[in-house]
Amino acid sequence: MTTTSAVSTLEQILARYEPVIGLEVHGQLLTRSKMFCGCSADYIGSPPNSNTCPVCLGLPGVLPVINRVAVEYTVRTALALNCEIPEHSKFDRKNYFYPDLPKGYQISQWDMPLSLNGHLSFTVDGEEVRCGITRVHLEEDTGTLQHAGDILQQARSSVVDLNRAGVPLMEIVGEPDLRSSEQAREYLVRLRQILVYIGVNDGNLEQGSFRCDANISLRRPGETELGVKVEVKNMNSFRAVQRALDFEIVRQGRLLDQGQTIAQETRGWVEAKGATISQRSKEYAHDYRYFPEPDLPPLQLGVDFVERVRAGLPELPQQLIERLQRDHGLSPYDAAVISAEREDARAFEELVASGVPAKAAANWLMGEVARLSRESHTPLQRSGLGVAGLAALVKLVEGGSVNGSTAKELLEELYLPGGDPAAVVRDRGLGQVSDQGELERLVDAVIAENPAAVADFRGGKEQALQRLVGGVMKATRGRADARAVTGLLRDRLSG
Amino acid sequence: MTLERDQVAHVAMLARLGLSDQDLERYREQLDAILAHVDRLQQVDTSRVGETAQIGGLVNAWREDERRECLPVEAALANAPRRRRDHFEVGAIQE
Amino acid sequence: MTPRTVAELGASLRRGETSPAELAAASRGALESLAPLHPVLRYTDELTERQAARAARILAEAPETAGALCGIPFAYKDVLCVEGVETTAGSRILQGYVPPYTGTAVGRLLDAGAVPVAVTNCDEFAMGSSNENSAFGPVGNPWDPSRVPGGSSGGSAAVVAAGAVPFSLGTDTGGSIRQPASFCGVAGFKPTYGRVSRYGLIAFASSLDQIGPFARSVDDVARVFTAMAGHDPRDSTSSPTEVEPVDEQLERGVAGLRLGVPHEYMTEGLEPGVRTAVESALALLEKLGATLEEVSLPSTPAALSTYYIIAPAECSANLARMDGVRFGFHVDRPSLTDSYLETRGQGFGPEVKRRVMLGTYALSSGYYDAYYRKAQKVRTLIAEEFDRAFEKVDALVCPTSPIVAFPKGERSDPLSMYLCDVLTLPVNLAGLPGISVPCGLSEGLPVGLQVIGPRFQDARVLRVAHAYQGATAWHEAPPPPAPGAGSPTS
Repeated sequence: MTTTSAVSTLEQILARYEPVIGLEVHGQLLTRSKMFCGCSADYIGSPPNSNTCPVCLGLPGVLPVINRVAVEYTVRTALALNCEIPEHSKFDRKNYFYPDLPKGYQISQWDMPLSLNGHLSFTVDGEEVRCGITRVHLEEDTGTLQHAGDILQQARSSVVDLNRAGVPLMEIVGEPDLRSSEQAREYLVRLRQILVYIGVNDGNLEQGSFRCDANISLRRPGETELGVKVEVKNMNSFRAVQRALDFEIVRQGRLLDQGQTIAQETRGWVEAKGATISQRSKEYAHDYRYFPEPDLPPLQLGVDFVERVRAGLPELPQQLIERLQRDHGLSPYDAAVISAEREDARAFEELVASGVPAKAAANWLMGEVARLSRESHTPLQRSGLGVAGLAALVKLVEGGSVNGSTAKELLEELYLPGGDPAAVVRDRGLGQVSDQGELERLVDAVIAENPAAVADFRGGKEQALQRLVGGVMKATRGRADARAVTGLLRDRLSG
Repeated sequence: MTLERDQVAHVAMLARLGLSDQDLERYREQLDAILAHVDRLQQVDTSRVGETAQIGGLVNAWREDERRECLPVEAALANAPRRRRDHFEVGAIQE
Repeated sequence: MTPRTVAELGASLRRGETSPAELAAASRGALESLAPLHPVLRYTDELTERQAARAARILAEAPETAGALCGIPFAYKDVLCVEGVETTAGSRILQGYVPPYTGTAVGRLLDAGAVPVAVTNCDEFAMGSSNENSAFGPVGNPWDPSRVPGGSSGGSAAVVAAGAVPFSLGTDTGGSIRQPASFCGVAGFKPTYGRVSRYGLIAFASSLDQIGPFARSVDDVARVFTAMAGHDPRDSTSSPTEVEPVDEQLERGVAGLRLGVPHEYMTEGLEPGVRTAVESALALLEKLGATLEEVSLPSTPAALSTYYIIAPAECSANLARMDGVRFGFHVDRPSLTDSYLETRGQGFGPEVKRRVMLGTYALSSGYYDAYYRKAQKVRTLIAEEFDRAFEKVDALVCPTSPIVAFPKGERSDPLSMYLCDVLTLPVNLAGLPGISVPCGLSEGLPVGLQVIGPRFQDARVLRVAHAYQGATAWHEAPPPPAPGAGSPTS
């Protein structure tokens, strides 16, 4: 089928073709030291080439030594992704020349990786997706390059910083089971969440500790064979991934509509252009000439090792979501939101443990705290108020000492600098007015002073009630118990 | 099976060895002769054995995740043929 | 005067007859007089002075803690990294390279108070059997300067043969200690793979390389080996097993030992003079109480091919780091690729380029199974054959080299050079300990007897060699003073 006139849109192309997407994620491990030497794995912010040693510089005569914790973290990840852990695995040399690769080869894993055959399940638009995980393996990161003028293709020179060379890197290869850019995005969100949850990766896309490449092809619905695969790189955010994949779907779809063949190539996403650009392949294609790393004995991970790692596996997001619903009665939606970031889930549990009702804790975290955290770029755990302060504040509300809106103002005021909410309420007389007699007096007064509103309300206008409530709130400088006031007004006016 | 000139050129490029045309032909001849000898291996029956990648028989040689002192920047860059401040410098990569 | 052993020099030091600085100076003088043979690339001056002073301090203040090597001068091969000392692997591509760290093996010798004096010449990146592949000129054999000393550790063998130092360090990947030891009439020992740390050794073939000592006497070889051997956490291929104490075994003699003579090693194109000398040695071992029996290692003819796939394959990757970016020789070009091509094209010599290409080819797409993978399987066969032989015998004895030292320039065809190592390289493939000790002369040139043991039976190999030396005097004969070579001194 060919279109003759108009250029097809994404929707039109999706109606004719099925995207087949496989994602490859590289995640730096949160170990203390590098993969094969004792330099720090925490290199961000280090002055250039100040975090190196003869081993990661690839000097003549040096030898690599495996970081045991990096192996553990990879096995932990593999277990979290339901993979098999073969008893025997090994490292291999992947040979190519590039200035950020000091040895002229990368120590990686080729045919006997640490794990195979897992899966990651999730829901998108109500549809359950089960994406296979081909393998999770372990390798070392390269150094970084800066190109003069920042554009590689035009740079007359580049400079090399080897601080990052040798940082442990986990490669997670997904099966081409994803069928849309939304699924791809959700896969990444879930995968990142798991890695952060189990403590192996900090999930930072901007700084490059969590990196993603995609392989995408199109085919007609019903076809079983795969189309020509295009590799897409340089997507630095989840949004970029989705945009890049949508762009590719359109680009490839249009070409196929015109009866052209898709070139098997690598394309880079250029955010500023909103397009992928072909990365002119080298004259000589990569032949990595993999062979077993002679400097490293193979790994033999028995049942004991694997079970020990499994026993130490932190609770996974899915397990937490279920537990929040089961133990604390949260709704599926609330449970999902609270558990999106592990820090939030921890905060929630701390609040509940200190006596805050679950629903209230959830509401405050998802609402006001989330907003303040975003606006001030300061998560609750690092704010002056902290989880303990928030707990105290919420308990004041639940106990009726302050009303909701006062509490919100207090939260805003105390969030960054910190403080004792109970003391502030006491010192400034912000306590909620909830004494029955006092409220009745105030209600009577506002009814007397607002005959028009009273008449409107009795005439069927619900809104008018709010005006009367507002009057009481004003008289008490916002400290009245709004719910009680509303209830009293209704009683008085329904007679 | 004779080693062809373009195979040698390809291998030289993979190994980033700049060779003149003369060199190329000379190495082609020599490598061809060596490979002819080495091809004897094909006659050895290895159907009953696996590969020896490690003669030592060791497994799980690893270290604890501990930090050690780095090299000072000056020492890391001391042998650099081309240097720009605290970086190694290279020419145009132009992928 | 005959050159003195480590033990003799040590005794002299302790008697106060000389000092570490004096010994170092004497060695330095002797080495300088060997200049026409060109076995030395550079002197370690500053380090020599520091170590000599250190050794002197130890001998004066705490002599009971001073080991056998304290104050003893030595030389080492230009592939061993020592902090602050130019190390070039005999190659232009590393000219001017100064390592910021010291390798473990040499480091242990320095800790023991030994005094390095010079860095010896060798074949470029340890690739060669004649020391004619050095970018800095060939080395001559002290027995006949127009002939090669063997390789790749030719310089290290020559300086010991000439008596300039009591011991030196070399490395052995396919015979590069044993074969030059044989050509130069000294003892040269390759330990079991994994016995001595490779950290600091500029890698040629990672699964085959080992560092080992040259000396005139097996006794001295044993002392140096003991000082270096043992697990190193920086080398994952170094064995965590305890090193069997050599001293206990060394003097036990060969009575009661079963020694195997590999049939295939006695037919492999031996020069008549070599055959005679080795057969005499075997007869002597029998007289000393060993029983000899013939064993067979049928895969021997395949060993050369196996080696010349595995070693080049590994070296092609090990040498990829010589790219002119972080260290070494560098040719500036506007494009990085051209810089790589010119730097490596000009920086590496022909033999290195040949092996890198051979290795790259053997690993390349489409050829990996037929070459590399196949070679790794044949390696298993070779190793298993040795294992089976060692079920029947305690050690193997045979020639080290089928020939004696040949004239420089005679073996210009690469393959004919490779054939020099047919009797040594199977030992590296199987990771076994092996030593060469002088066992006679053929037309005035030294012949070497090789002793090979099972893995980690280094002590047993040294024991057999030591017993042989106890009944012979070949190791005590210095080379005849050759015109223009300078005389060996003590």
